[in-house]
Amino acid sequence: MTQFGTDVTSDDIIETLGFFDGWEERYKYIIDLGKELPPMDAAGKTEQNLVRGCQSQVWLVTREEGGKLYFTADSDAFIVKGLLAVVLAAYNGKSPAEVSAFDIDGYFEALNLLKHLSSTRGNGLKAMVQRIQAEASAR
Amino acid sequence: MTDFDVAAIRAQFPILRQEVNGHPLVYLDNAATTQKPESVINAIADYYRFDNSNVHRGAHALSDRATEKFEAARQKLAEFVNASSREQILWTRGTTEGVNLVAASWGASSLQAGDRVLVSAMEHHSNIVPWQMVAARVGATVEPIPVDALGCIDVEALAAMLDERVKMVAVGHVSNALGSINPIQAITTMVHDVGARVFIDAAQSVAHWPLDVQALDCDFLAFSAHKMFGPTGMGVLYGKRELLEAMPPYQGGGEMIESVSFAGTLYNKLPYKFEAGTPNIAGAIGLGAAVDFLQGLDRQAADAHEKALLAEAEAALQSLGGFRLVGRAREKVAVMSFVSDFAHPQDIGMILDQQGIAVRTGNHCAQPIMDQYGLPGTVRASFSLYNTADDISRLMAGLEKAKMFLA
Repeated sequence: MTQFGTDVTSDDIIETLGFFDGWEERYKYIIDLGKELPPMDAAGKTEQNLVRGCQSQVWLVTREEGGKLYFTADSDAFIVKGLLAVVLAAYNGKSPAEVSAFDIDGYFEALNLLKHLSSTRGNGLKAMVQRIQAEASAR
Repeated sequence: MTDFDVAAIRAQFPILRQEVNGHPLVYLDNAATTQKPESVINAIADYYRFDNSNVHRGAHALSDRATEKFEAARQKLAEFVNASSREQILWTRGTTEGVNLVAASWGASSLQAGDRVLVSAMEHHSNIVPWQMVAARVGATVEPIPVDALGCIDVEALAAMLDERVKMVAVGHVSNALGSINPIQAITTMVHDVGARVFIDAAQSVAHWPLDVQALDCDFLAFSAHKMFGPTGMGVLYGKRELLEAMPPYQGGGEMIESVSFAGTLYNKLPYKFEAGTPNIAGAIGLGAAVDFLQGLDRQAADAHEKALLAEAEAALQSLGGFRLVGRAREKVAVMSFVSDFAHPQDIGMILDQQGIAVRTGNHCAQPIMDQYGLPGTVRASFSLYNTADDISRLMAGLEKAKMFLA
């Protein structure tokens, strides 16, 4: 399993997606990232950890260790799971202040692929990002 | 396929001539909203270009013209559903507002503690929640009529549920999630036998075949313009005259009053009693144009064309493998709801979108029936009269690709 945020960073993802021309390669890459996402055990999939506002189910568990935030996330849809990996690559292992300061819109813009996806309410990406930002500002 | 001239029909829909994500658009989300023919677009544009004015305030020529067109549309709609008078055609924002109006006005004045409202288990949320809201206020209950594994209302179970405490049965003519056509004529007769009222949500049937409210004998019937080639934000509520006369107004404001004073206010007559505020004039005129479009078609041939598309699509989907149809009622409109054994409906919708194919994915605002079937949702391809065999080939190729990606 890949640790997103350390093994794969947001810069790595921007760089890799930049190599691809067509949507098929980009989507394959995103789906593969989702498959590398460390699994979430059933105990984490509670009503409380469910992120609302998604067509598919998305769960998010936050853990704080040594002043840094670590996230585990899962979804029952492949592409959304890949998008979760993309988001965690940006946020995992950062301090609450760093999480709050991170320019997520700029990141999505740089990814290009996500321009369309990030504006769609149904995939829950926005709801997920809002949940992470709320977790950070609450600390 | 039939000899229905689909190319000539398609040519009237400018929006279909575009590319999405580098592919010619395949629009299969017609149960969500249909596209608009040139004639409807022109009717709306011409209204704003030449006739725009407030209605029923006739101090000048434009207002007279706008009022005439606005009321002519109402007359057209009355004839379209065979209502006995134009006063029984109330303009709404859509089916949802029609349900809310009846629930709030008829419901709050007629329902009492202990009364029962029955809705089918596969209703759209719009035909559940407004009833729950009024039921909570008056102490009534809202109960589901069972739906079987095929997606059909269990009529025998309904018969067993009916008693003198049932005051309203609200059912969809056609299920938006599954496409099932419900036996509303038989249901209406059964319900009237116990003295209860019937509300028909015709949102998903109105585009497919002519409705006759007098033959159906339903008490209320509602539909949306935008699902029958008309504009969004516009709809119709039909009601029986004696019920509408007895019902209190839904909203207060201009237009719905006869006279206002601080000693007491008199309400206007039908239909204006229920139409507070400046109405959606362009919407009514656009809806009238949509009726003209439909009436200009051979509707039986259009229906046969859609049914042939459905049969072809369902056969093709089953031969692909890896997909399962959801909703197998014998009587269906051209709605193909399905799931795959390898991915979430949303994954499939996203891959189809990349190929220029528009479908709906999710629970279709019908969570109870999805929960009953244990599904997170479905992929729904819904066909209209402008769809073609080529659209089905594109959908199948798109699904093959989704399988390659996700399986």
